[in-house]
Amino acid sequence: MQATETTAVRDVEILLVEDEPGDVELTRAAIADARALRLHVEMDGHAALDFLHRRNGREHAPRPDLVLLDLNLPGLDGRDLLIELKTNPAMVEIPVVVLSGSTAPNEIQRAYRRCANAYIVKPFEHDKLVAIIRAVSSFWIETARLPPRQKDSGAAS
Amino acid sequence: MSAAMNILLIEDNPGDCELMQEALSEVAVPHRLEICQDGAAALARLRKRADGTPAPRPDLILLDLNMPRMDGREFLAARKADPDLLEIPVIVLTTSEADSDIRSSYRLHANAFVTKPFDFGDFTETARRIAGFWSEIAIVPTKA
Repeated sequence: MQATETTAVRDVEILLVEDEPGDVELTRAAIADARALRLHVEMDGHAALDFLHRRNGREHAPRPDLVLLDLNLPGLDGRDLLIELKTNPAMVEIPVVVLSGSTAPNEIQRAYRRCANAYIVKPFEHDKLVAIIRAVSSFWIETARLPPRQKDSGAAS
Repeated sequence: MSAAMNILLIEDNPGDCELMQEALSEVAVPHRLEICQDGAAALARLRKRADGTPAPRPDLILLDLNMPRMDGREFLAARKADPDLLEIPVIVLTTSEADSDIRSSYRLHANAFVTKPFDFGDFTETARRIAGFWSEIAIVPTKA
């Protein structure tokens, strides 16, 4: 399927919020070959919120086009960060894909009720995790359309 | 996932419904396709019956934006206020490429926005990718 780019091509900015260094490395490896894609990593919930709000040393952070969110984080929990993202009018458009080790139906239900755009269960095998991360970025970047970048109006608040 | 995927298509154009049926028939994902012709019919279908028994839940909703009676935007707005319905992923599937449609769909908590390709081969490929992602990669509450 050919991509129909109507606007100037720019890098897709992905924010990964993940505290497990091994998973961060696997995610980097998964998308290392992807063109026009930049991965930003925050390892705790408060730092991720600073990135999203462009404050506390993250004033130059780009607005992410896609957020990959682990649920179990130090500091601010991923579940709370999800609520924060989806109730803030400046951020609500950004698709949030939850990456979780949990297969508990309650957790999955709750994530969708809190407007997660998709819920992914992280497999234990490294190869499978890499394949899943590739499938996630390919679905959101090639099949779906990400929200267009807004005219930059300064920090989201 | 072993069980067939139940897909609800909300689409008023019979030609487009047929196209989706054909496209999905070429996709390797076991599925059942149900069709509602507008948002109001879909809401009635998805909400509890008069006797209080819950309606059977689709695993995934494919939503057209432009329909008579209740269009896709109005459907999304109604769903946004109903936590039970928020649990069912909704993919907006439309010929629109307008930034305003993409943004408003995400603001109304559509799970994803996909522009329908005109070419049948491309359309089938898009159907394959959507069905593949939502059956094999993402976990939906109905299959949890």
